[in-house]
Amino acid sequence: MKKTLISSPYLVWMVVFIVVPLAMVAYFAFTDPAGNFTLDYISEVGQYTNIFVRSIWLAAIATVICLVIAYPVAYILSTMDKRHQGTMLMIVMLPMWMNFLLRTYAWMTLLGNNGIINTVLGYVGLGPYKMLNTQGAVVLGMVYNYLPYMILPLYSVMVKIDKSLYEAARDLGCNGKGILLKVVLPLSLPGVMSGITMVFVPAISTFIISRMLGGGSNLLIGDLIEMQFLGNSYNPNLGAGISLVLMVIVLLIMTIMNQFDAGDDDKVLM
Amino acid sequence: MRKILSLIFALMLVFSVSSCRYQRLSEGEEEEEQILTVSDPSYYEKFKGKGISINVYNWGEYISDGSDGLLDVNTEFENLTGIEVNYSTYATNEELYAKLKGGGAEYDIIIPSDYMIARMIKEGMLQKLNLENIPNFANIMPKFRGNLYDPHDEYSVPYTWGTVGIIYDNTAIEIPEDGIDWDILWDEQYKDSILMFDNPRDSFAIASLLLGHSINTESFKELKEAAEKLKEQKSLVQSYVMDEIFDKMGAGEAVLAPYYAGDAVTLMDEYEHLGFAVPKSGTNLFIDGMCIPASSSQKEAAEAYINFMCEPDIAYATTSYIGYSTPNSAAFEMLDDEVKNDGISYLSDEYIEEKTTIFNNLSDEANLEMQRLWTDMKSTEESGTNKWIVHIFLLACVALSIGILIRRYIKNKKDIF
Repeated sequence: MKKTLISSPYLVWMVVFIVVPLAMVAYFAFTDPAGNFTLDYISEVGQYTNIFVRSIWLAAIATVICLVIAYPVAYILSTMDKRHQGTMLMIVMLPMWMNFLLRTYAWMTLLGNNGIINTVLGYVGLGPYKMLNTQGAVVLGMVYNYLPYMILPLYSVMVKIDKSLYEAARDLGCNGKGILLKVVLPLSLPGVMSGITMVFVPAISTFIISRMLGGGSNLLIGDLIEMQFLGNSYNPNLGAGISLVLMVIVLLIMTIMNQFDAGDDDKVLM
Repeated sequence: MRKILSLIFALMLVFSVSSCRYQRLSEGEEEEEQILTVSDPSYYEKFKGKGISINVYNWGEYISDGSDGLLDVNTEFENLTGIEVNYSTYATNEELYAKLKGGGAEYDIIIPSDYMIARMIKEGMLQKLNLENIPNFANIMPKFRGNLYDPHDEYSVPYTWGTVGIIYDNTAIEIPEDGIDWDILWDEQYKDSILMFDNPRDSFAIASLLLGHSINTESFKELKEAAEKLKEQKSLVQSYVMDEIFDKMGAGEAVLAPYYAGDAVTLMDEYEHLGFAVPKSGTNLFIDGMCIPASSSQKEAAEAYINFMCEPDIAYATTSYIGYSTPNSAAFEMLDDEVKNDGISYLSDEYIEEKTTIFNNLSDEANLEMQRLWTDMKSTEESGTNKWIVHIFLLACVALSIGILIRRYIKNKKDIF
């Protein structure tokens, strides 16, 4: 009884702001403007396959790069002296104190043809390189903005690993590489999984990063959905249809990833 | 630490200043504090003490806010009438439309553009105005009355107008200003230095003008041709942007960009190296009009607001602050000759008559088709990387499935022991 009472604020929140909107998305996706049932909008999503593939592809690259950068950082952080961990963690979090749009906007000034990077390169006789308005810039924006979301779950899992396990492994003749592969890696898998989710899902549905750094010609699913609502034709049904398909794809990918999760910690992800 | 803080603060200041739109100021002149006189003060008396409030929904940076000695429009209105103004802003016509269509928000004044007014009239989203309550309508120039989108001036009162032209970098473009026409946006020479509108309506209009079609065409064939034209241009376009034009053109990132005359004026005040060309082959003339949504319950107060906006002093403050042209003849007379004859904000009557077209609302089918062609144009890729993505994606899927199978196998084995 008490438990339900305590959780009621969140339950109300969840119903009003998560369950009802999701139901509305599903409703819009399967109806036409007059409210009749139709499958047309879902079929129409098919013509945007290339945008879906590009979104998944770019989000996947960004996730992998985040993982490669974040894993060693999280490991080093977790094995650091406790006194310094707080400070280092704060430095990781520091970019998140600034507004997301502002951070992305800053990259426009850095990467532009007359931007800071090209100007500096110009002094040593290189370039200018076309960096802004490319897919690379979009991936860079994703990595930059979502990296902390990868580091934090990895760190919080790794810091909980009992350090005596390392000693035990060493006693039994394991070298540094072995410890990393046989002790840290399996035990940190739940962190890897939630890190991947926390980077991949926002990355696949972003629209502002591709708009600002991709020059508007590298459309992602997020842009496509946004265009259905704020574009030339107001088409919430198709927008809902695309959102629904995106959700199903994310669900599928997450389920597949979940299969790799360490057996006992199946619940971490979902 | 303090030094770093002040540095960060300074950077933030620079940033906010550079992204701000500037109002036009005549250089070196001391601005005098503008004082409001209204034509008929008794008209505004009747609302006093009734505790009325109205919700005004306008474009961002589209009203004089009291800086540089100009009038603070909303505060003046509140003081004069006692009506409270709740002011909020939007960024695009489509955003306004989506907000009204979605319901849940009640506005008493909105300021959509021509084609959106036509669409809203068609869908019954606007109330008819009672022009008897808007005596200052008399100030509106005859050439801006009875426009195609609202032929009998029943639903809207023009607020500002302007044309679309080409902002260019005069250090990079050697052609004289009157030689610049739409085809320059398709010139290979300026590859990767061209910016383009990030909205289908304005972009298709440019392609249509170039092809000699009407900018209000609903023919699928002509729309398709325009889309092909835009596709042709895509490899030359650096990026598709809207307000980012301010920063990109200002910083010399790009040398050509089609944009609205009012914003060009603002930009040119700030940057010496920018110029604005009005294409001689013709262009789009846009009018933003004040309307009252059907859902409004404060119609009379809203009409008082519209009337107030048409007061010469207020219209003058508006046009001086935002840089867009005014359709108000009394306010126009108040402007400096320099502004009246700049050849950007106010064009000759012959040009307006013969070469400009106002957007009209398109049918739902044409809108959908345009949106579809636009998405298609923007999502086509010139590089050949696309074909590999699918293969890699498939390989990854196969690898994942095998991985899962192996994991299951190992797990089962473990369970046996």
